[in-house]
Amino acid sequence: MTVLDQPAPAHETPLLDVKDLAQRYTLPRENLFKPAAHVRALNGVSAQVTAGKSLGVVGESGSGKSTFARLVMALERPTSGSVSLLGRDLNQMPPDELRRARRDFQMVFQDPYGSLDPRQTIARIVAEPLTALGRMDRAALRERVATVLRQVGLRDADMDKFPHEFSGGQRQRIAIARALITQPKLIVADEPVSALDVSVQAQVLNLMQDLQDEFGLSYILISHDLAVVDLLCDEIAVMYLGRIVEQGSPQDLFAHGAHPYTRALLEAVPRARAGGVRRRRGAQPIASQSTGSAGCPYASRCVLADQHCRDTAPALRPVGQAHLAACHYAEAVMALPPAVAESG
Amino acid sequence: MSAPLTVPADSAAIAPGASPATGFWRRALRHRSFVLGAALSLLVLGAALLSLVWTPWSAYDIDIASKLHPPSAAHWLGTDVFGRDIVSLLLVGARSTIMVGVIAVGIGLTFGVCLGLIAAARKGWTEELIMRMSDFTFAFPAVLSAIMLAAVVGPGMLTSITAIGIFQIPTFVRVTRGSANAVWAREFILAARAAGKGGFRITIEHVLPNILSILIVQATIQFALAILAEAALSYLGLGTQPPQPSWGRMLNDAQTLLFQSPMLAVYPGAAIAIAVLGLNLLGDGLRDLLDPRLARER
Repeated sequence: MTVLDQPAPAHETPLLDVKDLAQRYTLPRENLFKPAAHVRALNGVSAQVTAGKSLGVVGESGSGKSTFARLVMALERPTSGSVSLLGRDLNQMPPDELRRARRDFQMVFQDPYGSLDPRQTIARIVAEPLTALGRMDRAALRERVATVLRQVGLRDADMDKFPHEFSGGQRQRIAIARALITQPKLIVADEPVSALDVSVQAQVLNLMQDLQDEFGLSYILISHDLAVVDLLCDEIAVMYLGRIVEQGSPQDLFAHGAHPYTRALLEAVPRARAGGVRRRRGAQPIASQSTGSAGCPYASRCVLADQHCRDTAPALRPVGQAHLAACHYAEAVMALPPAVAESG
Repeated sequence: MSAPLTVPADSAAIAPGASPATGFWRRALRHRSFVLGAALSLLVLGAALLSLVWTPWSAYDIDIASKLHPPSAAHWLGTDVFGRDIVSLLLVGARSTIMVGVIAVGIGLTFGVCLGLIAAARKGWTEELIMRMSDFTFAFPAVLSAIMLAAVVGPGMLTSITAIGIFQIPTFVRVTRGSANAVWAREFILAARAAGKGGFRITIEHVLPNILSILIVQATIQFALAILAEAALSYLGLGTQPPQPSWGRMLNDAQTLLFQSPMLAVYPGAAIAIAVLGLNLLGDGLRDLLDPRLARER
């Protein structure tokens, strides 16, 4: 199951290096006399993020995107594999050192209503990553909070208000301010705009883009929306059932996606086009890991699958310049006409 | 007795000055059961405070010559079998009632909330152990454990307070753990963990403030239960000991004279009912007022 190390430019230590990450959850026991069932949420995922570059992770629900985010944030211990930030393995660090290292990577959550404590003022919420690091002078802290609030387009005066006084978009700005306050190198954003109105989504994404330009941040942007990822990321990883099935630049993926699943995702994006004919795809079975077959996990949903696919699982292999795919017929899939005409 | 009733009106006069609480007090005064509950609770509290400085007669002096007098100008509600003034007994009895309630709920609240927070924060076998222990305590009848405790250390106010307090712990453990678990599942807890905060800091800074209103409501309801339990234990002779007056003891004393002067049982019974009713209404009102979702609907 091991994914081969990808041919990455290895002269400098990458900002984030994820190696062969696997996470297995034990389900509640249903039968006293049978061993408890497991779910493999992540199954050998490797990825690298270079400083200043961003990685997008897309996939349907249950593909392991959020587990990946939690493991990168060291909120859980992986079953196996490693997550290294600037060459240091997060899970090998003593707790105190890990707490200090958290300064360099912060997180923005999906739900702007649930991720801010309703009983705390904005100043306390935004300052939390700093106060977690140790005691700090109150005046300096407020000064710093005011600075980041301005950076995300809010006013200084907002810091003594409570979260319920803000709209969804403003709350997500507050959440971004909280992530920015330690001047991190990496921000993991788990579906940062999916809970927002479409008009507000664009504002928040533009803000994230501006901050990236200004501070040279890296994002790991987790989303089910390819357009969102395309806007902010230099590289996209497509996940399916806990594995990366295709990885490459947005141009590569949009113009000649090499995995049938990537194609299916792109075709599923609803587009308004004048005179366009609406095609409807047949309903597809939901991804399930219950089949213990040795073949390609996508075989049951794949239009191209044959006996070879059902017997042997394809490994993630290079199919082009910095473009990887896990499909026996990647070259044939790439030759198909692009699913999306407009890209980039 | 009308003095305590004016207190809510007074706080309304204060309210406009206190800006952050203004909204709360304005809503509170429109909430009927809260106002009634607060008035009845303050009536009992006022009676207890009044007894510290003044009672019409001494609640301890026995005057057999004037026993079992009917209500009169001298003794407003008459006298009991020892010739003690009923009004004075009720006033002083309020004191022990409140003391028992405060201390017992204090014990239950302190231990229960700590254990509940630990259970929610640690999960795993720690949670199992705490919850099974509180199930065990909960399954034991309160009166039975009070009797056992009295058998070991002797009956008295302290015994009954301790027994009631211990009996209160599991309720608080359950309420705390249940609501704390709900807070732990929220995303802002994940954000605090991502910031590097440990279980203890998260509990103090995020969990406790978010469940405080639930605990306040629970405490008022438990206070009412503690008053009932104290009355029951005193009635059984396990609680407050003579000559210290208590409403439960008054019921006990009235029992033997139920056919001669039934009113002797009615007065302390009514006092207990007022206190319990007041605290329950107060708890209901606080629940409505402190819940932001319900507040918005109003």
